[in-house]
Amino acid sequence: MRDVAIVAFAQTRHTDHDTGLTEPELIAPVINEIKERTGLRRFGFTCSGSCDYLAGAPFSFVSALDALAAWPPISESHVEMDGAWALYEAWVRLQHGDIDSALVYGFGKSSLGDLRTIMTLQLDPYYLAPLGLDQLSYAALQANAVGADRAELDEIVRRSRADGRGNPYALDLPEPDGEDFAVQPLKKTDVPPITDGAAAIVLATGDLATRLCATPAYIRGIAHRTEPHYLGLRDLSGSASAADAARAAGVGKAPVEVAELHAQFPHEEIILRRALELGGGTLINPSGGPLAANPVMATGLIRIGEAARHIHDGRARRTVAHAASGPCLQQNLVTVLEA
Amino acid sequence: MPSDPLVAQHVLEFPGGYTRTTGPVIGRFLTELRARRIVGVRTAEGRVLVPPLEYDPETGEPVTGEYTEVGPAGTVKTWAWVEQPLDSHPLDRPFAWALIELDGADTALLHAVAADNAKAMAAGMRVWPVWSDRPTGHITDISHFAPEVTKIVSNVRAEYRLQAGGALRTFLEGVERGVLLAGRCERCAKVYVPYRLNCPECGQSLGDTFEVPDTGTITTFAINNLPDPRAPEVPFVSAYILLDTTDIPMIALIGDVPAHEVRQGMRVKAVWVPESERTASMANIRWFAPTGEPDVELS
Repeated sequence: MRDVAIVAFAQTRHTDHDTGLTEPELIAPVINEIKERTGLRRFGFTCSGSCDYLAGAPFSFVSALDALAAWPPISESHVEMDGAWALYEAWVRLQHGDIDSALVYGFGKSSLGDLRTIMTLQLDPYYLAPLGLDQLSYAALQANAVGADRAELDEIVRRSRADGRGNPYALDLPEPDGEDFAVQPLKKTDVPPITDGAAAIVLATGDLATRLCATPAYIRGIAHRTEPHYLGLRDLSGSASAADAARAAGVGKAPVEVAELHAQFPHEEIILRRALELGGGTLINPSGGPLAANPVMATGLIRIGEAARHIHDGRARRTVAHAASGPCLQQNLVTVLEA
Repeated sequence: MPSDPLVAQHVLEFPGGYTRTTGPVIGRFLTELRARRIVGVRTAEGRVLVPPLEYDPETGEPVTGEYTEVGPAGTVKTWAWVEQPLDSHPLDRPFAWALIELDGADTALLHAVAADNAKAMAAGMRVWPVWSDRPTGHITDISHFAPEVTKIVSNVRAEYRLQAGGALRTFLEGVERGVLLAGRCERCAKVYVPYRLNCPECGQSLGDTFEVPDTGTITTFAINNLPDPRAPEVPFVSAYILLDTTDIPMIALIGDVPAHEVRQGMRVKAVWVPESERTASMANIRWFAPTGEPDVELS
């Protein structure tokens, strides 16, 4: 395997409302920032992650290329998944050995429609989507299957929002208050905020990595695993695929200082801590995590960027990032980063 | 800002719906649903998948061609309660989502359960399908599931003719005159009201009746929240009242006071209906009402 490192990370100051910017306008400042920081104008490969259903426009990701300077033609790809999977594709592409840099970005404006029911459109069209099963309903089914202590869940939300208030890119959300259910047992305060935002990462190999960044965050393990889509085929109280991905990425080979988890709901954090076997010595989501800012399709990529930032800043030597996709943590991608 | 000319409504829709082929396995399941049967498909390893899939999710092997009828009843594995249904949901009143393991299946089916409230839901509960009126070969041919029948409402009514004879007649004739009649057991030295023929402790005949006061002290009470034709309103208080000079409390309604102010040791007095309305019935006493005297220390 070639050593691949994250050498730069940039993200928008995420908003809880539509500012009226187009997707290219949302992305362009982040792409420009990362180009300035690395000094690179062109990349060996470019890959993005987004979801056309968020904007309700087919091939909307194509227009996002306008933010990139894509002429003369660039080598480019797109995944209809969180940008974290675009990073995975870029990492695989870099393993080919003929290029030494890649630009990865993810973006989404979930403010434009009703995210809760837009998520129904990702479900199996025969058995689930016709029932109108929505995002909060299936999350509540999993929350009940986990059966976690309410005080523990409340504390996760409280901690996430407090950390988010200390993160200039995340939203300023108040102390959680109120007992109302969204879908029982999921409380309204358990629901991640509607967020618009984007993020970008530059990957580099070999000498280029050390030239571009004094403290590159090397990808020492990266793996993703999936489970059956249909919820009735799974044990929703845990995540076998997250555990498998964590083992394949080598999470447990050494202590983890910081873990950034793509846990959109507090019960998902409990599932993921167990699946990744993270102990009390690991700092969880110091950025505030998805409960403090959830720009859908960039949220997972931001976890990787935040985990890398701790290494760039010299605050940690070994961190883990997790990204999820699909209903009830169907797909899980785990990345281990080291200084 | 609907009035902002630069904000527009945008709808993404496939007019008439998007046509999908079902393939042989899902097609068989939906065809059976149209006939109001629920089938699973058996995997090479012998598990029954409901709803059926073309490939075993555990092994990736094609499933066998063996279909087996399951259910119709099943057991709830986990559930979530929707207090405010969305337009797209199967029911327009509060309901539960549930993963339901149908009898004979090895996997769970996701569907809606109509229950009265979240407290009526529990893992392990039994549910049965409720079919739509016109099945078309769609997952919504099962309109929803409903809890297994575990109780029914039984109406009970019988009519009787009751006649007060003996001591009760004597007591009620006193009530008609506006007095409460008691009897004393000389052996036990206890005064009983209402009047009775024999001492319930020693069995001895009680002596002649005599009047006791219609004032007394509450020894204990209950706040009733179920309506009763004899009570003026809900909640009402029924109490044990130890009439002055007697030894055994009598049960009666308490009135003219908020339920939460009633207390043990409270002094009360009977409120009689006007003389012109009196009959030989306990209805002569509307209820007992506080006298305003200081409370009595109960021994």
